[in-house]
Amino acid sequence: MNNSKLKIILNGLVTENPTFVLILGMCPTLATTSSAINGMSMGLATLFVLVGSNMAIALLKNVIPDKVRIPAYVVVIATFVSIVEMTMQAYLPALYESLGIFIPLIVVNCIVLGRAEAFAAKNTVFDSFLDGLGIGLGFTFALTLLGAIRELLGTGKTLGMIVFPEHYGMLIFVLAPGAFIALGYLIAVFNKLKKTN
Amino acid sequence: MTYILIFISAVFVNNIVLSQFLGICPFLGVSKKIETALGMSGAVAFVMTIATIFTYIIQKSVLDPFHIGYLQTITYILIIAALVQLVEIILKKISPALYQALGVFLPLITTNCTILGVALLVIKKDFNLLESVVFAISTAVGFGLALILFAGIREQLSMVKVPKAMEGTPISLLTAGLLAMAFMGFAGIVK
Amino acid sequence: MKKLESNFKNMVLALSSITLFAALALGSVYTLTKDPIAVSKTAKQQNAIKDVLPPFDHFDQKPIEVNDGVEVLKVYKAYDKSNDFVGAAVETSSNNGFSGKISLMVGFDKAGAIVNYSVLEQKETPGLGAKMLNWFKTNNKSQSIIGKNPATVNLSVSKDGGEIDAITAATISSRAFLFAVRNAYAAYCQNSDHQQCDSIKVK
Repeated sequence: MNNSKLKIILNGLVTENPTFVLILGMCPTLATTSSAINGMSMGLATLFVLVGSNMAIALLKNVIPDKVRIPAYVVVIATFVSIVEMTMQAYLPALYESLGIFIPLIVVNCIVLGRAEAFAAKNTVFDSFLDGLGIGLGFTFALTLLGAIRELLGTGKTLGMIVFPEHYGMLIFVLAPGAFIALGYLIAVFNKLKKTN
Repeated sequence: MTYILIFISAVFVNNIVLSQFLGICPFLGVSKKIETALGMSGAVAFVMTIATIFTYIIQKSVLDPFHIGYLQTITYILIIAALVQLVEIILKKISPALYQALGVFLPLITTNCTILGVALLVIKKDFNLLESVVFAISTAVGFGLALILFAGIREQLSMVKVPKAMEGTPISLLTAGLLAMAFMGFAGIVK
Repeated sequence: MKKLESNFKNMVLALSSITLFAALALGSVYTLTKDPIAVSKTAKQQNAIKDVLPPFDHFDQKPIEVNDGVEVLKVYKAYDKSNDFVGAAVETSSNNGFSGKISLMVGFDKAGAIVNYSVLEQKETPGLGAKMLNWFKTNNKSQSIIGKNPATVNLSVSKDGGEIDAITAATISSRAFLFAVRNAYAAYCQNSDHQQCDSIKVK
């Protein structure tokens, strides 16, 4: 019994990792990973929304008529996103500022709506919770990794701590093009690892 | 004068895809062929402009005066979702051919972060209604430009041999990175 | 459990109740977070002012707004325990940055000398214009504006005949920065108590 629940989480973390496998939710992935902390915060904020909306939708799936399910899901997701927004603004203002517009944009993150459609609409509340957790963790892992790489290569720091002097860093990695390039290589590495497995 | 600046800034300097990171999903997903890129850009341009007008009006006439700014995300996304539904219905009636051509892209526009992104940005930048419309149209042009350029490159890429692990998304991302680098050259045009 | 039928009544009912419930949920979270949000906003402003001024006891919460036709500057005057004027922090900005608007908080002491500055907002290129965060307050005398009084020191880039070294390869950002600083001084001058303001060296 426990094994199948664990499987759901592992699924989101590895098999169906939203960033490296499903290639979903690219916008925040590229935009908020200029540092490990930013990437991690974005991942966690999305995780919260994923868990919340997955559970709510699994709860309501039988009272939502099929024809209006997408708008209904969207309203539920938007509610959780707004809650995250307000909570961050109140208690984590510095993070709120640095993530900026991408917090409300969680509502159009294809991962959240995608999971609602693909999983929460067809599974129990508890399983949906686990799925949200797994996918959220997979996403957070991917974002933190990408953020750490970009931060290290771009500024020589990790989590704000200096690893090597800044002017040996390749500034490009903190900027837009670097995001694309770093992510491209990361996915290529993931692909290679999957194939050799 | 400012309108020209807004246009140049949105299309080149702060290109919505290559420098603001909005619209990546359709950018990667729809840009395999130039025709589909064109179709998507057109649809996005249309929805983006109209959505911006509506969300702007709602913000200034309902959300702000009644201090219910915290309902912004929910209201905006509902407006956008409703608009896309409307566009779908109208398009089906008026031009079934175009509706067929756009196919699955139309409902996908709802989750296109560019639409919501632009709606939120014009409020953040404190534009008036006309400036917002110009910004929306310019952003759509910038989106289309990035998409079509990328589609052109990808059509070429599909005929070239690429290492196995790099096939598909990774090489596209690297290409996008180079394109983004090129666009960085535009920085400083708008003083 | 069978799914609810997709007839019009059910659709409207379901959608409206979900939206209503959502609005209520959000309303309650809003009331819960309203105060903490307001507190962190004022804390941010307080910290920005504290960072750039010499020690003070209290400051005018409501700034004096100076409109120079292009930008609106805000002058926050600060006083010590006996209500003597200690200095003022001026929120200034310039739209002439390389990538757009830059916004600063500059602190002046009683005599008009710059105590410190902090960059509130900028979108300049990292590694170039973005260096303004610290460039103008390093130990390098020819770069730093700290301690200098705009009435006696020409705060423009050396290229323009001034006495400050611009950020390497980022002249435009440097120009915009110093422009904002000079405007801040002008606003401070118009509104300070003890300072007999000479016209600043260069406008």
